[in-house]
Amino acid sequence: MLAPLSWLKDFVDIDVTPEELEKKLFGCGFEVEEVIRYGDKIDKVVTCKILEITQHPNAERLRICRVDAGKYGILQIITNAKNVNVGDIVPVAVDGATLATGDRITSGELRGEKSYGMFCGGEEIGIDDNFYDGASGDGVLVFKDDFPLGEEDRDLLGLKDYVFDISVLANRPDCQSVFGIAREIACALGKPLKLPALDFNAGAEGDGEISVKVEDKELCPRYIAHLIKNVRIEKSPKWMSRRLALCGLNSINNIVDITNYVLLEMGQPMHAFDMKTLADKSIIVRRAKSGEKITTLDEKELTLSTENLVICDGEKPVALAGIMGGLNSEIENDTTGVLFECAKFKRDNIRKSSRTLGKSSDSSKRFEKGVDEYTTELSMKRALHLVCELGAGEVTSTHIDVSAGQAQLNKTVKTTFSAINGVLGIEVPKEKIIEILEKLEFKVEYNGDEITTVAPPYREDVESYPDLAEEIIRMYGYEHITPTLLKDAAITPGGYSAAQSDEMKLKRFLAAQGLSEAMTYSFYSKKDVAALNLPEGAKEGNNVVIENPISDNYEVMRETLVPSLLSAAARNLKRGNYDGRLFEIADTFAPCGDGFPIEEKKLCFVLFGDGEDFFTAKGVAECVAEFFGLKFDLSKRAEKSYLHSGVSAKILLGDSEIGFVGQAAYETAEKFDIDKKVYVGEINYSAIESAEKPTFKFSPLPKYQIVKRDLALVAPKDVTCGEIEGAIISAGKGVIRSAELFDVYEGAQVGAGKKSMAFGLEFYDDEKQLSPDDVDGIVKRVLGSLQHRYGVVIR
Amino acid sequence: MKDKIARIKENIEKSLQEIKTGKELYELKVNYLIGKMSEIPSLMKELGKADKDERPKLGQMINGLKDWATEVIAEKEKAIAEIERRARYEAETIDITMPAKKREEGSLHPVTVIKNELVEIFSGMGFMVMETREIEDDFHNFTALNTPKEHPARDKQDTFYISDDLMLRTHTSPGQIHALKTLKPPFKVIVPGRVYRADDDATHSPMFHQMEGLAIDKKVSLCDLQGMLDVLVKKMFSSNVKTRFRPSFFPFTEPSVEVDVSCFECGGKGCKLCKGTGWIEILGGGIVNRKVIENCGLDPDEYTGFAFGFGLDRIAMLKYGINNIHILYEGDVRALKQFKIL
Repeated sequence: MLAPLSWLKDFVDIDVTPEELEKKLFGCGFEVEEVIRYGDKIDKVVTCKILEITQHPNAERLRICRVDAGKYGILQIITNAKNVNVGDIVPVAVDGATLATGDRITSGELRGEKSYGMFCGGEEIGIDDNFYDGASGDGVLVFKDDFPLGEEDRDLLGLKDYVFDISVLANRPDCQSVFGIAREIACALGKPLKLPALDFNAGAEGDGEISVKVEDKELCPRYIAHLIKNVRIEKSPKWMSRRLALCGLNSINNIVDITNYVLLEMGQPMHAFDMKTLADKSIIVRRAKSGEKITTLDEKELTLSTENLVICDGEKPVALAGIMGGLNSEIENDTTGVLFECAKFKRDNIRKSSRTLGKSSDSSKRFEKGVDEYTTELSMKRALHLVCELGAGEVTSTHIDVSAGQAQLNKTVKTTFSAINGVLGIEVPKEKIIEILEKLEFKVEYNGDEITTVAPPYREDVESYPDLAEEIIRMYGYEHITPTLLKDAAITPGGYSAAQSDEMKLKRFLAAQGLSEAMTYSFYSKKDVAALNLPEGAKEGNNVVIENPISDNYEVMRETLVPSLLSAAARNLKRGNYDGRLFEIADTFAPCGDGFPIEEKKLCFVLFGDGEDFFTAKGVAECVAEFFGLKFDLSKRAEKSYLHSGVSAKILLGDSEIGFVGQAAYETAEKFDIDKKVYVGEINYSAIESAEKPTFKFSPLPKYQIVKRDLALVAPKDVTCGEIEGAIISAGKGVIRSAELFDVYEGAQVGAGKKSMAFGLEFYDDEKQLSPDDVDGIVKRVLGSLQHRYGVVIR
Repeated sequence: MKDKIARIKENIEKSLQEIKTGKELYELKVNYLIGKMSEIPSLMKELGKADKDERPKLGQMINGLKDWATEVIAEKEKAIAEIERRARYEAETIDITMPAKKREEGSLHPVTVIKNELVEIFSGMGFMVMETREIEDDFHNFTALNTPKEHPARDKQDTFYISDDLMLRTHTSPGQIHALKTLKPPFKVIVPGRVYRADDDATHSPMFHQMEGLAIDKKVSLCDLQGMLDVLVKKMFSSNVKTRFRPSFFPFTEPSVEVDVSCFECGGKGCKLCKGTGWIEILGGGIVNRKVIENCGLDPDEYTGFAFGFGLDRIAMLKYGINNIHILYEGDVRALKQFKIL
């Protein structure tokens, strides 16, 4: 929202500096994003009158002028301009001057003749024709006014101005205008507010044939039209085009400029139709027909749907309601009859139309935020006043006001002073509360602690006492709020729940194992899912789909974190990070009919680099089990299309499969542009959270020595480590506490189809110290069992 | 015999002067003192052959020799041990500037680090942690939060929908509704979690993190909100950081405030971080709107509360000087490993 200081001053006597004003606005909820300064550079560019012109003796194109520059005296100025004559009053930059461009001017010599300054054109002063006639030309600006000599041009022309770029909060659509902001400033400064002039003479005879019909009253709750006759299309006065320019709008002609001026000043978008183009002299407000077309003022043809609201004449759409007028009803130089439109359109409809059609305007932006009907009425009056003031035409008596329903009621709040102060936590004096509310144009009645307020008509946002509390504190000042620590509140227990705390500890535990926690997006592309080469019906491919993704990369909610972490691994490898261990714990999503999708937490990890293999990945999985005091069965091969069939395992907790660990299948890795071996694991974390976990109890230290013995075995190649280990433990009948493989060898020395395996065994008996003979006996039993079950012999 | 004793003594003295290593010394010891055939014990055996009268004197002399030899050899042992130890130290001296050996640790994500810090601060003030679902319905994400149908936040531009009614939550504020509907007042909760908005550039990521806070009790005021925030920012940033309220607008709080903290980089003088203003916008909050309390089936005349919400990513970025939000979500180990296990 742009608000020029000079314009604001029409409504409030602002006697503070622009910096102070900025602070005041900030304090009451209006952040000034930028203060744009006009004419603040220009200095010592003054008026002078040309007294005499002579030819430069040494240069054909130059002329020597003698000028009267008032208090700067009679000066000699050399110029190449051809449009100056004796008697002209022109701007001259005297010695030490600064131009609007920031350039400095000093006295100098041109071809042997002294010049004590430089004549200026519009560009040097920073203005154009919109501001002063003749300022857009190439030559020197010749003033048409009889300005006093030697005076600063910036002051004579009113060049100095400050334009505040203010961000307006969504609940204050009434402040999207110069007048709305002025209203706030008046209150903040404690100054009276002057209303804009609204008087007009509607003396001209109207036209009874004009009709307005609103077919969709929901989308257009209010439509006011007024007829202007004998219009003379002209340029707007300079003060008007200057103000439009300060707010970033071009001057078009008097009628169009009046609608834009009212938009900026009052916040009410308006439109002007050329009467001669309105078929049947009628206005119909309706939803567009599907496929109906309109060409807007910017000469773009749009195809509409029934979601778009249009303003039509007897035959065709003539405007896209609230957004832009149609080219077919545009005001032209020969326009003589104008129908003004001042309406209220439903804000979300305007927003949706604006978005779907890709068309946004100053008008649509204001309608999107909301316009109140009080302002709609006020604004039509203001426009008609301006027609009279500019002599742009004759205001007729034809005034048509179509309203959807009952008149808008001002919001009334009945409450108490103590309720208001209760919200704030401080005691704002009663008198102060009343003073602030009255300044904000609330009607206030009170009796003891009770207070009843009626909000001004433009404040549709005020509904109950907390709203009043906000109005009061923003004007009273937030610095009055004194910190207290929930002094009247109950004590409540805080912190993580046991499960949340476990998750955090597990994260730290995994980090201590060398894994870095990653966070990746909860959505990925269908290509990511396809990279898993899933069989028909796989749950990983049954996804919650985003209806309106911002890109193909984020279109489905993930059921598995695997593609996310493979992408992260690929990114690392591409960037030359050849070693990495990443993990993530995050929600995954699976559809569940029409209801809420099922959200399940999963823990996923990916390992890559020289030191990694299946067993390091298996180690991570076991760490997770150990952290919770659980035991995973990792002895069954996984059956996942995206894992290496020979280098992957299911993760079983009891009988239920809760995840997997293994090498990513080559086909899958390839799709992520990974040409190295990468290991992934995923565990359904929710399943672990809900699993019953053993309570930790201390185990007493052994009373006797643990006996250790190594066994070197030769086994047929297809017998697994797990099978041998299992056989050893079971033959050990509780005395062998552990059997761990520490070496494996295949080759000539053990013969084809065989492998050598070395196990370290630990023997312990709770009842007695085991003797070497005891151990020999057990080993013998173990060897017998191994040979019998798997054909394994001692080496 | 006397001569023999003298000779042995002389030989030992001579040998001791030449001996340089522990091994040689041990040999000397074996030869003269402790070996089966060693000289001094042999003398004792020979004593029987000596003249009866001289035996006591010779015995004394031999014992004297033995004591003397034991002592000098022990001294020499000590000296040699000292030399050998010194030599060993010298030999074992290493280049201490060579790289250290340590186990490579992983790290926690910066957002997790910030979340933990905040949880710790809020725990102390009696806030429990609640996690709620990421896919929400219109009621929890908008309607119950007093966000009317016309509100721009509902625009498809900003919200990822999965059906007419379901969407990825656009903020952690639905946590307020879950808390109000499931917890018995008085209570205080914080709701950290992932949120989603259709925005993707250097400062916006379509997924990011927020933390919602809600305190519900009988008499809660703006002063309480300010008091809690003062504690928060002092613990989070530094004890001389100040907070500043300014008016704002959120449909679910009234009054609503935007909270700035004095810039912890420049102390409020104005720098690049605070864009010269001396203040950094850190969170939004306010007094819970009566309609929200009503929408959750509670009586707004009985219960009041304050609510606030802020971006965890933003705080992590501010605190650690991360300039691009995407760094948080790329999983680049060079970035992640900087954060350690905090």
